[in-house]
Formats: sequence, structure tokens, C-alpha cells
Amino acid sequence: MELTVWTYEGPPHVGAIRVANSMRDIHFVLHAPQGDTYADLLFTMIERNKKRPPVTYTTFQARDLSGDTAEIFKTAARDAVARFKPQALLVGASCTAELIQDDPGGLAKTLGLNVPVVPLEMPSYQKKENWGAAETFYRLVRAFAGGAGKPETAPEQASCNILGPTSLGFRNRDDIVEVVRLVESLGIRINTVAPLGASPADLARIPEAHFNIVLYPEIADTTARWLKRQFGQEMVTTVPIGVGATRDFVTDVARVAGVAVPSELFETGAERLSWYSASIDSNYLTGKRVFVFGDATHAIAAARIASEELGFKVCGLGTYSREFARDVREAAAKYGVEPLISDNHLDVEDAIIAAQPELVLGTQMERHAAKRLRLPCAVISSPVHVQDFPARYSPQMGFEGANVIFDSWVHPLMMGLEEHLLQMFRGDFEFHDEAGSSHLSHGGPAAAHQPGTESEQSVAAEAPAPEAATANTAANDDRPAWTSDAERELRKIPFFVRGKARRNTESYAAENGLNPITIETLYDAKAHFGR
Amino acid sequence: MTTVFDASSACTDIAARPAREVLKQRGQHEVFCGLTSIMWLHRKMQDAFFLIVGSRTCAHLMQSAAGVMIFAEPRFATAIIDERDLAGMADMNDELDKVVTRLLARRPEIRLLVLVGSCPSEVIKLDLPRAASRLNGEHSPACRVMAYSGSGIETTFTQGEDNFLAALVPDMPAESADAPASLVVVGALGDVVEDQMMRVFDGLGIGPVRFLPSRSSTTLPAVGPSTRFILAQPWVGACAQALERRGAKRISAPFPLGEEGSTAWYRAIADSFGVPEAKFDAITAPGRERARRAVARYRPVLEGKSVFLFPDSQLEPSLARFLSREMDTSIVEVGTPYLNRDVVGPELALLPETVRVSEGQDVERQIDRVHTDNPDLIICGMGLGNPFEAEGRSTKWSIEFVFTPLQGYEQAGDLAELIARPLMRRALLKVGS
Repeated sequence: MELTVWTYEGPPHVGAIRVANSMRDIHFVLHAPQGDTYADLLFTMIERNKKRPPVTYTTFQARDLSGDTAEIFKTAARDAVARFKPQALLVGASCTAELIQDDPGGLAKTLGLNVPVVPLEMPSYQKKENWGAAETFYRLVRAFAGGAGKPETAPEQASCNILGPTSLGFRNRDDIVEVVRLVESLGIRINTVAPLGASPADLARIPEAHFNIVLYPEIADTTARWLKRQFGQEMVTTVPIGVGATRDFVTDVARVAGVAVPSELFETGAERLSWYSASIDSNYLTGKRVFVFGDATHAIAAARIASEELGFKVCGLGTYSREFARDVREAAAKYGVEPLISDNHLDVEDAIIAAQPELVLGTQMERHAAKRLRLPCAVISSPVHVQDFPARYSPQMGFEGANVIFDSWVHPLMMGLEEHLLQMFRGDFEFHDEAGSSHLSHGGPAAAHQPGTESEQSVAAEAPAPEAATANTAANDDRPAWTSDAERELRKIPFFVRGKARRNTESYAAENGLNPITIETLYDAKAHFGR
Repeated sequence: MTTVFDASSACTDIAARPAREVLKQRGQHEVFCGLTSIMWLHRKMQDAFFLIVGSRTCAHLMQSAAGVMIFAEPRFATAIIDERDLAGMADMNDELDKVVTRLLARRPEIRLLVLVGSCPSEVIKLDLPRAASRLNGEHSPACRVMAYSGSGIETTFTQGEDNFLAALVPDMPAESADAPASLVVVGALGDVVEDQMMRVFDGLGIGPVRFLPSRSSTTLPAVGPSTRFILAQPWVGACAQALERRGAKRISAPFPLGEEGSTAWYRAIADSFGVPEAKFDAITAPGRERARRAVARYRPVLEGKSVFLFPDSQLEPSLARFLSREMDTSIVEVGTPYLNRDVVGPELALLPETVRVSEGQDVERQIDRVHTDNPDLIICGMGLGNPFEAEGRSTKWSIEFVFTPLQGYEQAGDLAELIARPLMRRALLKVGS
């Protein structure tokens, strides 16, 4: 038994619904009690879908348990086929139905339905949403592509399938557009995109392509591995998030397809991240500490962009995707940080506090943590929120995706810069303590609420942002004190490096057993660290 | 699926009326389970913590229904049953004790821990009331532990509150038989609504008046033979029976939605306490006048419009009565997840005979009826709203009726505005579906 407040992933049947809702001409009959229909609003509210997801919930009640819940399932399945006329029927059980062991697959078989039935086993007390989506996609592809042998003659033009985008996936809607454009610019034909937008007939055509692009391993890895074993289709597993990864992706795709990369592809001017990052305005991004957390795909990609393309320092990296923990551990080793593999958001919040980042890249959960800690944050991964389905075109993948990422990560920091300027000029008559931050709506400036003299207040305001929240954590209990002379000297250091100077001085003092910190200590530390 | 017309279910207290037919169909229910009522219960009772003993689905429901994850650490959580518990590799009661100990160590300010049963815990017959009494022995008096079921196999949405309140009744202190008559108002209301009601009761000279649920777990109202109670929400039928078992007398009335409903509600109380007519009129007149004025602003938007209500909170008959009598709309269908004739009889009696009343749900066939009836406004849950809007229909989310303070004179205008808003919006937009 595990105590949970918020979860990163829903139960596996929600993953199955995501796949069903991604596709055309599929209907899912889910054996479930009343209440499990809440899943519909994920799609109609968060994703603003214009149709209900193609799911029938059998809605059994307590009084049915002593009677015939199997009969309720059979009626629901028959009615669903008659009403929705799908090309294929998925059947499965939610957590409660799993306990009553009605065997939806077996029951559906006895009905003599005139459509193919794909039964799902969703171990709700063991697995989670992404696993459920991956398993459902795999079962569907096996069911519809599995019967065919390897197609005899491959078409002359190189072709591929794009596997993994799903309903409720983080920016998947726009990623597909970007990736299709990129792949087609190499002269490669897109055979199928699945599950998003595919029908069962499209799944049956998957083996006709030369190779598969695994866009989201969390959803498509199982399927692509099976396709490789079954049909010898190569897998491209480079996820094109970021400039470097997009270049690698293009190279990999071209290699697998046996085509040349057109020389103009990288020089069209469509990609702006590289120049924006090189421009002198971006100098202040250098060495910014970023904490990265999300699903494995987005977290690994974000760490690479942060480190190689924006010149940040990755100070924390983690994922809730236990299935891909190994990949995240490898990446963390590259950046010299301890990997955090956890689906407990409180552990993640503690890790953020300990890492003292200047920017948090995470899920909606970390956005809330960052808001509490008064840290800038950008969302990079599911679980999704209505904000993660912007009206505008906003991919993460490809060159346009890199542009979007530059804006969405750097703008919160620029807002942070404004914040510092506000505090720098707080003595001027236009500014005053009550003039709160322009972008962090969460209360006024921390210093304004703290008792103490004017000088103490300004010092507190200039401390690293998370300080207020970390004041009572163990990590700070043994922090050396500052003499007032040293505090005053610290305040003369330009605001944009002051947080770092404070941190460096304190760690230098702690290492050398110096307490309290004097002006001497401050400059000794500066000499020691080189800046 | 099966359809029955249940003629015996007509409201019996209006003997002159012919039996009203109730449409009952069996199929998919597009409603929340009882766990969802924790959303407002934990805000109402500020020293209580609600621990769902359930599955990942329960936890996911709670955060999805909450819409956004707004609270740092809300006063509810889920103890997720896992494979080890089910396989018997771990003793579930030991596991639960561990979770509770950890939770209470983290949240020492909690005075009432509520174990909430879910579909999985009910199906595996985990005895939570018994676990609560065991845990109570360990943690009281610092923290009391109680249990109720909010499972989807037994409860729909607001019925979760009913079960919680019914489970609180045995803990209410006893009021002595010779105590002067007192009033308990049953069903969670907004604090602002309670305060307004108290001013009316003070004016009428009625008191003491207490509310259930109380704002703190340690201030439950006393109950005994001289206690009278009135329901402020239609979903608290089981709690009403529990109060009657403790000797309290129920005052029956329509619910305090709109000017008419609020007046009928206050009048039933005033009559029970023998308040003179003139005094009643003097005290309620300003509120009645304000309420009439406030709803009149929105009547032009709603009058003559046809409205279809999907089942959601059990408030539907009261909403339909308000819309029909005070806003001059025509009600096509009023659906309710559960029709407690004893409780909503006075509301149904005020609805025209032409109104179709349905109990329970087969959502597909109900949607078919919307397509046939083509109403001007559909009041429905969040799962259905956008698909209807995409068809060019106007909808109002029903969940807002349980989260927004709408009872009493001062909120009558808010209620009208809430329902009129989708139509006003559609009239404003030059773009759309």
C-alpha cells in the first residue's frame, strides 16, 4: 500500500483509452463501475476533443456483484458494436473489474460479434498509464499486422512508419506535423502514423514500410521491437527534440533509408535556437542551474538541450518512467548528477530544493512546486494540463520545436531578470516593497513579509529564490552565518551573480570550517572558485 | 437495455395528482463516483483529512476532477492498494496502519482522519469501519478515525457526502430531551450562505441553529428528540434517516434555490417554530425583493427556452423547478442519478406534468433524446459538454452547481446568471462551432 497525493500517471486502462481515442474506427468496451467515466473529461476538457472518447463503460453496481456482471458486459459489448459499428473492438477491465474476474476477452469471444475483438490484460495493481498505452498499441498492431507475412517486394521509394504519437501526449499533435515535414524533405514516404489518426486498416499496412521511427519510446518501443523481430523493420530511436538531436535524427533516418541528406536542409534559416543561443544577449544564460524532470523521452532530451545548446548546468535529472530508468541513469551520469527515479512528487520537490536550481523544467507537478519555491519553470512533459494544448502551433520536435523550446525556457528566465531589476531599483521612488513580481502571482516579494530591519530585508530578497522555502530543511541547518560587513559586501556584487557568490562562499566556508563568513572569506572563496 | 416506467414512484404527498411516470433505463452512467464529494468536504471541514483506500484510478480521478493541482498538499490522499496487498504477501491492515501512522506524523494538525472506501476496497471486502475503530484506539483523542464508503459501485457523486454525514451522526453529542427546540441544517453549504441564513434565523428568532457538516470536526451539533432538522441539499437522505433514528424531526420543504425555493424553505422552518406570519414577511421581504430583482435581469435570456438536464448531483429536480417557475423556461427532461421521492417530492409537485423525469442513466439513449428534443440549453457533466458544444448546442457544466454558493436569496441572481451565461456567451460570439 502506497500513500499518494498526486500521480504522474493514471492506471493502465487510461493508457488504453488514450490509444483508442487516438485512432479511428475503434471502440473500447471497458468493464468498469460507475465513476470510471471521469476519464472522458481528460479528453473532452483537457484536449478539448469535439467527440467523446470511443469507450463504453459497463457501469456495474454493488447489487450486480451477487448477480451477473458478465451479462452486463455482454449486453454493453453487443450494444456498442451495433451503435458505433467499429472496425475493431477492444475489450478490457478497469481496476475493480479486474478483481471480479469476468474475463472480458473470453466473454466477447462467445458473442459471435462481426468485428475483430482485441482483448487487453491490464494489471491495474502493478502497471501504470504509459505501460497500458504501450501494451494496447502492441496488441492492436499484433492483431492487425501480425497475420500478414513480410511483404514480398518493398516499394521503390524508401518509406517509414511514425510510431508513438497519442491523444493526450505532450505536444504530439504538432510534433507529427514537424516530423512528417522533416522526413518527407528527405524524399522518404510516410507509410503510416500510428496510433494518432490511424485506423485498424492502417495498422495492417505497417509491415509495408522499410523502417519505423519510434517517436515516443514510452508508447511505441514494445511495438517497434516486435515489428523488428517479425518483419525486420529497422528502428530509428533518436528522438528529434533539440537542434543536435534533430540533426542526429535526420542523419539516422537518412542512413536507415539509404538516402542522402540535402545540403540545404540544415541551412534554411528555419532553425533559430543556435543563433539566439550564440547571440550576446544569451550570455547571461551561461551556467544557469536547471533541474529536469519528466517522462524519460522529454527529460533526456531536455537535459541535452540545456547542457549543449543553451549552456546551462544540469543540476538534477529524473523521471517517473521506471520502464526507462536505465536510459535516464546513463544520461544523468553524463551530466554528473544523481538520477532521480521516482513517482512521488514530494520526493521530486525535495530534490528540487536540494539542487537549488535557477530554472525548473518539469511537468505540471513541478510547475506547482516551482511556483511555491518562487522559481522560474517551463513545462516539458506529460502529465498534461489544458495549457499544454495551446491554440497556436507549438511543437517540441524538429527545428521549429527547438525554436519553441528556446522561447518557452528562456522567457521565464527573462522574467526573472526583470524581477531582479525591480529589486535592484527598489530604493527608487517608482518602486516599493509592495510592487510584487510581474509573473509570479504567488504572493508578494518574500522579503516584504519578513520581519526585520530594512537591510535584513534586502539581504533576504537577494538570496537565492528557494531560500525562504528551504529555511527549515535539514540541508541548511549547518549553514555558516554571515557577518554584517560581509553581507553588505555581498550586496555590492551584481545581482545576476550574487546568488552564485553566496552559494560558493557558503560551501567554501563549510569546507574550510569557517564561521562566521567575513569579507575575507567572501574574497577567498571568489579566488578559489575563479569567479 | 431495459426500460421501465415506474408509476408507483409518484410523489405520494400530493394525493390529488396522478402518478408521474419516471423513465428508468439501464446503461452507461456518465457521472462521478462518491469519492468526488471529498473535493468540497475537505474544504468545508478544515481539520479533517480524507484518506481514500483504493486504486491508482481513485487517485487519478481525484486529481482529474480537481482540474488543476492547486493545493500544495491537500487534505486528501489515496492509499493505493497494490499487488502485494492483493496477493496476501502483505497484510492489508498492517499496511493501512503504517500509511496512517506516516500520514499523521506528517500532518499532526489533523483532528479527524476519515478512511474512505472505494470500489476495490468494497469488492475485496476490506472492513474499513473496523480498521477505523482499531486505529481510533491508537490515535484518539489526538486524532479521531472514522470510515464511510464513497465507492462508485454504491454511490454517485454527492451520495459520498451523504454517507460521510450519516457516518458522523453517531458521534454527534446527545441533546437532552427537555432542551428547547433547536434546528440543524443538513448538507454542505458555502460559508457565506451559512452566515446569511444565520442572519435570517436570528431575525425570525429561531435558535439555536447549527450546521452539519460543521466547519470543524470537534464542533458537531448536538441531536435529540427536541432537535428539528431541514435538508439544505437534496442528496443527504441517508443522513436524514440517521438523524431520525436519534429522535430528530425532519422539516420537509423544497430546496432553497431561487426566491420561491428559499421562501418555501424558510417558511417551513418558521412554521415549525411557530413564527408569526407578519414577522416572517417582515424579515424575509427585503431578501425576497432583492432575489426577484436579481433573477429578473436574466429572465429575458432564459424565458421560453427549452432545457434538458442530465443526471449529476440530485440537484436537478430543484434546478428544474427554479428554471420552470422563476425563469419561465420549459423543461424537456430532468434526469437525476437517484430519485429520493421522500426528499424531492415537494420539488416534483411544482413541475408541470409534461416534464419527463428520468432516474439512473443510459447515456447513449439520453444523448439520442437530446438529438430528438433539440433543447436550447443542456445542463450536463464535463465529459459531455464540449461534444455537445461542437454540435452547436449550448451547455452548462452541472458540477458548478455543487461548487458555487447558490442557495438563499442573495445567491438567486448568481444561480440565474450561471445558467444564462452559456446563452449570453453564444449570443456574443461571432465565431464558434
